[in-house]
Amino acid sequence: MAKTSAEYDYSIARLFIIAMITFGVIGMLIGVVLAFQLAFPKLNYILGEYSIFGRLRPVHTNGVIYGFTLGGIWASWYYFGQRVLKITYHDYPFLKVVGYLHFWIWILTLILGVVSLLGGITQSKEYAELAWPLDILVVVVWVLWGISMFGSMGVRRENTIYVSLWYYIATYVGIAVLYIFNNLSIPTYLVAHTGSLWHSISMYAGSNDALVQWWWGHNAVAFVFTSGVIGTIYYFLPKESGQPIFSYKLTLFSFWSLMFVYIWAGGHHLIYSTVPDWVQTLSSVFSVILIIPSWGTAINMLLTLRGQWHQLKESPLIKFLVLASTFYMLSTLEGSIQAIRSVNALAHFTDWIIGHVHDGVLGWVGFTLIAAVYHMVPRVFKREIYSAKLMDVQFWLMTLGIVLYFSSMWIAGITQGMMWRDVDQYGNLVYQFVDTVRVLIPYYVIRGFGGTLYLVGFFIFLYNVLMTIQKGRVLEKEPAYATPMGMQ
Amino acid sequence: MFSFLEKNPFFFTLAFVVAFAVAGVVEILPNFFKSARPIEGLKPYSILETAGRQVYISEGCYNCHSQLIRPFQAEVQRYGAYSLSGEYAYDRPFLWGSRRIGPDLHRVGDVRTTAWHEKHMLEPTSVVPGSIMPAYKHLFTKDADFDTAFAEAYTQKEVFKVPYDKPGGVQLGDIQEAKKLFLEEAKGIVDHMQDPDIKAALKEGRVKEIVALIAYLNSLGQGRIETPKVSAKGQ
Repeated sequence: MAKTSAEYDYSIARLFIIAMITFGVIGMLIGVVLAFQLAFPKLNYILGEYSIFGRLRPVHTNGVIYGFTLGGIWASWYYFGQRVLKITYHDYPFLKVVGYLHFWIWILTLILGVVSLLGGITQSKEYAELAWPLDILVVVVWVLWGISMFGSMGVRRENTIYVSLWYYIATYVGIAVLYIFNNLSIPTYLVAHTGSLWHSISMYAGSNDALVQWWWGHNAVAFVFTSGVIGTIYYFLPKESGQPIFSYKLTLFSFWSLMFVYIWAGGHHLIYSTVPDWVQTLSSVFSVILIIPSWGTAINMLLTLRGQWHQLKESPLIKFLVLASTFYMLSTLEGSIQAIRSVNALAHFTDWIIGHVHDGVLGWVGFTLIAAVYHMVPRVFKREIYSAKLMDVQFWLMTLGIVLYFSSMWIAGITQGMMWRDVDQYGNLVYQFVDTVRVLIPYYVIRGFGGTLYLVGFFIFLYNVLMTIQKGRVLEKEPAYATPMGMQ
Repeated sequence: MFSFLEKNPFFFTLAFVVAFAVAGVVEILPNFFKSARPIEGLKPYSILETAGRQVYISEGCYNCHSQLIRPFQAEVQRYGAYSLSGEYAYDRPFLWGSRRIGPDLHRVGDVRTTAWHEKHMLEPTSVVPGSIMPAYKHLFTKDADFDTAFAEAYTQKEVFKVPYDKPGGVQLGDIQEAKKLFLEEAKGIVDHMQDPDIKAALKEGRVKEIVALIAYLNSLGQGRIETPKVSAKGQ
């Protein structure tokens, strides 16, 4: 017998929604500051040594990945996990306690992470900067999520595991393995009994460390930004649009091929480095193959709306989800192109890569999670969305912001790459390094402006959610599909 | 065909692990022990250099500077001989970076001097007009962390068998000897610096972070290898 909506327990989802928006504001605000610091170096000193680019940048990446994105994925889990497994936390106080612990230890880890990174305590491996004691906390958070997820599956009343949860299982296991192996290190205090307690050195040296780091670094993208977010959109797009997913076979195919292919691609960060050529080539080839499962998923999303394209006009929420799928296609195509050796020779170390990451995270990750929150908020707070018009304004500001961001970074990156390699007729370098820096300043300003538009859109999102919670029309009954929206 | 997996989270997870693990086994394992071998004559970092490397990491220099010269004509001309795997054998963690907002630093020790770095860190535009690098004035006031640097070098020696204390090589000794060597080496750097406060601090036995950082930057280059084996044309 289907359970009525009133019986689902949304208390944990609510906490994650609020925290996710908060970390989104913090992470993106820092991102805008970083963008302008490159054009106006004086901005490095707004908070003394603590606001210099090198200290702030990991706070931005960690805040957005582990605060905003994981927060959004977990908000979604604590919302739809009960629904697709047909359970409620009211019946399972243990799962509820685990959920609360999961949330609060995650918050504690994030706060300690921000403070320690600002203080210069870092392992310097990208997206794995946290010091070893915090890594242990991260593992605790992860174990708690595992207990929540597999525990819920253990008591489920629905026989089949919904496709979103396939992707969440992949995120869970993938990140666990990669994070632990990449962070294996020896705390130096335990060996030498002197110096800082926070300090540790990696188990791997040099080229091996690089290989393990990018096996992790690229696949953090694979299992947080890709599989975690695909899992999310696979719940919210069919639910919001009222349409079944286009093809079950395509879903199966794109899931298993993504899981098999993605990990091979990590080595494309190391093309022309000192890791062996055969690893570089293999990574490059698999990066190109990766387009197949990626586009398989995106096409499956877009075709879910076949015959329903009028919904794009009627609902800003659908617009976010459709553009997210489109940005996913753009970003994965671009990634495959950048992994081709000759292109990589030009693109690596330039802003083109930054552009690629951001059309993915701003367009695909950001838009999917924003849509997920817009779908969840009316249901968990039982109120109609305050303003559809504001959603629309937010959508267009953000979209314009993304376009300015990636186009300026494409031009900047390719310009810089070309200038670095430019030689005159005698084979001498044409440009000094600093010449290539100066030429990028206008693009940095455009990028900063694009980022600002996105951030303004995010503040509108925050405002709209807060107003929904406070002033939205109260909903008597939970809407089954399309989310009700006020028109002002 | 796969429908039984979708009804059983345990087997589903198992199937995922299999699909997921293949790449790691194929790509990472075969080469793991080979790439860890140091190039002949590679010197470990002294404690002052280790302390400087810790400053480099803690300030996030790797966010803007790479330490990996790719085998292209333009890069070799700009930065020096291209990088070889065996040069990184004592680098824990590796510091290749992923973006060149500033130039590559893998051989910066071959092209810049202590005096240049001192000016550059105080006011980058004074030596590189148009530079967008921030000034690092706080490195001139904070003391380098000898104890943590010693702990790192000691761990390198004990756990990872990095060849410290070999005749004619980099000496570590016990913590008192190490401190003495640390101060001696710092004096070699400070003698080439202008700042009177840094000179005064050294007389009191304190080494500023900037001194350690410059020692580290100076060590980056072919001087890391006792008999230079790397030329612009490769080996």
